[in-house]
Formats: sequence, C-alpha cells, structure tokens
Amino acid sequence: MKIWVNSKEVETAAVSLASLVEELSLPTQGIAVAVENRMVPRTQWEACALSEGMRVVVVKAACGG
Amino acid sequence: MEKLVIAGREFSSRLFLGTGKFNSNELMAKAIEASGTEMVTVAMKRVELEDKEDDLLAHVARPGIQLLPNTSGVRNAEEAVFAAQMAREAFGTNWLKLEIHPDPRYLLPDSTETLKATEELVKLGFVVLPYCQADPTLCKHLEEAGAATVMPLGAPIGTNKGLQTRDFLRIIIEQANVPVVVDAGIGAPSHAAEAMEMGASACLVNTAIAVAGDPVAMAAAFKQAVEAGRMAYEAGLGLQAASMVAEASSPLTAFLNE
Repeated sequence: MKIWVNSKEVETAAVSLASLVEELSLPTQGIAVAVENRMVPRTQWEACALSEGMRVVVVKAACGG
Repeated sequence: MEKLVIAGREFSSRLFLGTGKFNSNELMAKAIEASGTEMVTVAMKRVELEDKEDDLLAHVARPGIQLLPNTSGVRNAEEAVFAAQMAREAFGTNWLKLEIHPDPRYLLPDSTETLKATEELVKLGFVVLPYCQADPTLCKHLEEAGAATVMPLGAPIGTNKGLQTRDFLRIIIEQANVPVVVDAGIGAPSHAAEAMEMGASACLVNTAIAVAGDPVAMAAAFKQAVEAGRMAYEAGLGLQAASMVAEASSPLTAFLNE
C-alpha cells in the first residue's frame, strides 16, 4: 500500500508503525513519530495499524537556538 | 555565585547556548564545552529518508547538560502543543523552550498564543520556558500560568543589538518570582554582562557565539562575562550618581603644598 512519510509517497508492506520504522531503517531513539497529526509514543508503535493513504511524520533533532 | 534553580533543578552555569548557525557539529560541541553551559537548545526537523546524516544529539547530549527542545516553526498554540509532544517523545525530556513566532521576518513572539500554549503545556506536565516579548504584564501572566521562567527578548533574534528593551527588562526582573532569562539580541559579552548586572538570572546566546570569528573563544568570553555580571549583581553595584560632578575616591588633601 501507499502511505505518506514526511510528505513523500512511500510504498510499504508494513502493517504497523513499528514495522514501518524498521522497514525505513529509522533509528528508534532520538525521533518522534506522528500519524495523522497525532504523536504516537514508541510504546504504541506496535499497536498502531497503518492503512492506505495515512500521513506519517518523523522528526529528529536539528540545530537551533 | 548563587546557583540558578529552575523547576527544582540546580544550574552552576547561567549561560544557555543555542545550537544554530555553527559551521560544523564539531565546532558547536567545542563551543558548548568552552561555554561551560548546562542548558542547550535544540530544534526539530523532518527526517530525510535517504539521507543518513550525522546525529546532532551525539554532539550535544552530555552528562550535566539539560536539553532544551524548542518549538521553532510553530505558528500558534495548537501547533506548539503538538511540537512539544513530539519533542518530549524524541528527546525524553519534558523541558521546553516555547517559541511561537508566526512572522518569519522579525521572528517576534506572538504573546496571545504563547500565553495560551503555556497554560496548556503546564497542564500537560511540561517545564515551560517561554520566549516572549519584553512585556512586564505578559511576563506576570506567564508566571501565573505556571511558566518555569520567562525569557524576554533583548532585541530581535539574531540581530546582536544588545539590550534594546533594557527598561522593560528591569521592570520584569523587579517583578518576577521566576528566573528571568534574557533571550535573543545579545550580541557581545558586554551585553550579557549588562543583563546579569541588572539581575537577570541567565542569558541565552546563540548567534553571537556561532558566527564569531572563533566561536570557541567567544563561548569562553561569554562564560566569563555572564559570571562577572552575576558576581557584580550579587556584590551589589554602587549607585549611579545623578549629576556629572565627580566624587573623589582618593583624598584630595594637598600633600604637596604647605
């Protein structure tokens, strides 16, 4: 299925957020993930089911004042 | 020097450092070290899926350093709450530099949204350090809303213009029951020293250090300026005379004459 990750279309076989993070080789620490504009704590990644067209945002640290 | 206490945590250093605008992460890490800071701000950005770049946190996270994630880029209280939740999840801290500046030209904080966001974030258990206008009334409202500090600006972000708001900063400092951190506009160690002499609890510096010819040496200069300013404040500054007429500090008895 196709989903959106950081505004890019991604073809994925992942059914849960946890498997998407693994599929994209994202680090598990130092990031935060939101699905449909809601932050999903990492303790809930496994239980968070993905479906066609969902919008996922992944952020990490950046330089800033 | 008295320790700075924010939300029950003690800080020996009264210099907070921003991590923007450094030429490299290595240089930034050295400047952090030289500054002696125990509070370092970080922003957030979207992960690039293909790009495996250097991890910023590896250069910033050190024992004894409190990470202070900011909400830069948000335009209102609702976005700020979302960004705060993302920051808490990503960095494992509930400390937050709240900054809401919808106008990219002057980056001036939106007072209404900042107050609203502070109220909500405090309820959600965040330690909120709001970047705000040097507005004494607003600062009281932020304090009443549960802000851990107030962080009024000295001048617009990145301008290095110093304490353009000094008269208002004085009122804010006089009235505050929470630490007052002068944020934005501090462009030289003398500006930081002036803020500290006035009784500010701390200074947040970024551009002035990051874009200096030698950021590491400048970080060390700011460390000394903040310490000197604070020591002078604690020692009690002599009052400024109202007139220009000199007051001798040496005896003027004429020992050369009869």
